[in-house]
Amino acid sequence: MADKVLMKGNEAIAEAAIIAGCRHYFGYPITPQTEIAAYMAKRMPKIGGTFLQAESELAAISMVYGVSSCGYRVMTSSSSPGISLKSEGLSYLAGADLPALVVNVQRGGPGLGGIQPSQSDYFQATRGGGHGDYHMIVLAPASVQEMAELTVKGFELADKYRMTSMILADGTMGQMMEPVALDLKVNPAPEKPWATTGTKLSRKHNIVNSLSLVPEELESQNFARFERYKTVEENETMYEEYMTEDAEIIIAAFGIAARVSKNAINAARREGIKVGLIRPITLWPFPKAPFARAAKTAKAMISVELSMGQMIEDVKLASECRVPVTLCNRAGGMIPSPEQVLEAIRAAAKNGGNK
Amino acid sequence: MVVFDKPHALTDTPFHYCPGCTHGIIHRLVAEVLDELGIEGKTIGIAPVGCSVMAYNYFNCDMIEAAHGRAPAVATGVKRANPDNIVFSYQGDGDLASIGMAETVHAAARNENITVIFINNAIYGMTGGQMAPTSLVGQVTQTSPYGRDPKMCGYPVKICEMLSQLEGPEYLERVTVNSVKNARRAKAAIKKAFENQIAGKGFSLVEVLSSCPTNWGMTPDAALKWIDDKMIPYYPLGVYKDRSAKEEN
Amino acid sequence: MKEIQFLFSGFGGQGILFAGKFLAYKALVEGKQLSWLPSYGPEMRGGTASCSVIIGDDPVGSPIVSHPDVLVAMNLPSLDRFESAVVPGGTIFLDSTLIGRKVNRTDVNVVAVPATKLANENGFPTLANMILVGKILAELGQFTETGVDGALAKVISAKHADMLEVNKKALKLGADYKGE
Repeated sequence: MADKVLMKGNEAIAEAAIIAGCRHYFGYPITPQTEIAAYMAKRMPKIGGTFLQAESELAAISMVYGVSSCGYRVMTSSSSPGISLKSEGLSYLAGADLPALVVNVQRGGPGLGGIQPSQSDYFQATRGGGHGDYHMIVLAPASVQEMAELTVKGFELADKYRMTSMILADGTMGQMMEPVALDLKVNPAPEKPWATTGTKLSRKHNIVNSLSLVPEELESQNFARFERYKTVEENETMYEEYMTEDAEIIIAAFGIAARVSKNAINAARREGIKVGLIRPITLWPFPKAPFARAAKTAKAMISVELSMGQMIEDVKLASECRVPVTLCNRAGGMIPSPEQVLEAIRAAAKNGGNK
Repeated sequence: MVVFDKPHALTDTPFHYCPGCTHGIIHRLVAEVLDELGIEGKTIGIAPVGCSVMAYNYFNCDMIEAAHGRAPAVATGVKRANPDNIVFSYQGDGDLASIGMAETVHAAARNENITVIFINNAIYGMTGGQMAPTSLVGQVTQTSPYGRDPKMCGYPVKICEMLSQLEGPEYLERVTVNSVKNARRAKAAIKKAFENQIAGKGFSLVEVLSSCPTNWGMTPDAALKWIDDKMIPYYPLGVYKDRSAKEEN
Repeated sequence: MKEIQFLFSGFGGQGILFAGKFLAYKALVEGKQLSWLPSYGPEMRGGTASCSVIIGDDPVGSPIVSHPDVLVAMNLPSLDRFESAVVPGGTIFLDSTLIGRKVNRTDVNVVAVPATKLANENGFPTLANMILVGKILAELGQFTETGVDGALAKVISAKHADMLEVNKKALKLGADYKGE
């Protein structure tokens, strides 16, 4: 294994993107993800790549659209308010079946909100964000190592399924430093015969397009796209289970909330409470199977979130409401403490599943 | 013997444009230039949202359909990724001068090495004739039924004049295609705009005053005359910036 | 080793984040598990800055330190804010040049170092942070030449290589400090 280096999560994303073969980055400054742009501004010119600070998020995502049309690995990054602006482009990328990597280092909202960590863009990310029927592959890292690994994975999945992959991180993940091993395995981009690279007068012209005015055609495109999404759901769902074998209480948490929850679970286990964690790594596709499985034996589930309760809806759907699911949350840039989560665990243990 | 023929850079797909609309002429001029410069095989065109949204069906080169107003940003991405390709955007006035104003101004300010064909017909055509950023004072449209009132809606935007104030762009010219003579002049400008890109000179924009008989409520003939009578006095034809020519003098 | 949770706090510009980074790099060099998390905000200089560092043998859970084993308070507002958060039996290291009051808690250890005064007297007025870190390492029994040299080499960029020696001097000064 390679020597580990100490990096901020944001920097790990940037370096991993370069390792994955991304040579084109477009961004616009916004806290708390600006380190990604700064890193790219430094590195890209030295490796023959493009770093461009766009005039807006709208422009940045459209530049991504242009590069992706040409078949290259390309990315942009932002934080919550900027992602709302990029949502236009996210919808167009989906409509044109273009691969791209988009990073959202979330901050508290709505509106301008704050700059402290949040997970309140869960709905926006997992339901698509922009208009129309579409999904993105949403990856939720919980360590700096995963920030790097999921960035590579994100590019690969985007290419494989011609979709946008989104890294849904938060201010904590972006700002924290941890040791990270950068000996990342990368699958090179596949051939992209659809890319607009010039016909060289030797083939029919390629068209990258999301306009489709005949409803029957547009419908069949949507059906075909969702067939592809089904394959993604079958093959690419990722999650981590922690102490779930005998767990009577299941915590659902991703990203920083999962890290906090592990502390609480360790403390609760010392008190003899049988509690475990299911940590979705892909938020879309959501890992339904482990929740459905756990719902057969667990007495209660707790969704720990930095939001007013968004993932809890997927937890309820996945567990088919067989067990009560409660919310343990902070919002607006606040982070639940291990003590708060421990209290929720104790309450669930005491109620024995009775709400 | 000279046989009138379709340029290779145009597909066989019939245009969907209304009778008397000058989009068809301008498409043809662009295609002729691609042919004459021998660049069709390495050209990537960006279509806008507006009447020319389906330009991707008409040009034989690779084409990308952009979000409304974002064509210069898409073109920027394409050109940065493929500097050896020739990249042009083809945009109407709503696309370029309203919703895409920021993208236009900043691509020009960066002197992005692309070619922009800007169709100014002073109206939103595809959506049925609403007021455009370039609609003239007093012009009656669906959303200015009493005539464009500057007290309410301000004044029409003069793109060439405005961009000429920037250090960035290489070449800005306003032309029209309402006569054979003017169309020839327009083609020369379009050709220059592509030649500039080939020579790596940077951002070149050709604004083409265009007609919209359908939404202006005129016959095609009257529409061409309206360009002379109403549009040119407010939007004078001519070169607004030509850095290389200036440097040569 | 048992996991130790550090909280560094002071004014922006006192090198709070740097001090934490140094400890993090030292842990990296020594093959430990660790996390480093800064407070971040619009005040780049002059506001309050804090950073959480966790070092141990096992993977770190939450990187947020709300109940530090070791609090490093470099100004009075930091002590006021975090004194009550320290775990019983924990240790507060404070810069006694800038903090006039005594620690009220009786269930914690207190190590007072006039770090700013020492830094000024020794001609490196910006390194009070490293004097305190030196003292922390000495108190924890973790002041090793290899660890310190290795960490300094990583945390100080090649561009500022001239700062290596003076940082080490500050660390040693802190480590050797025996009280007023």
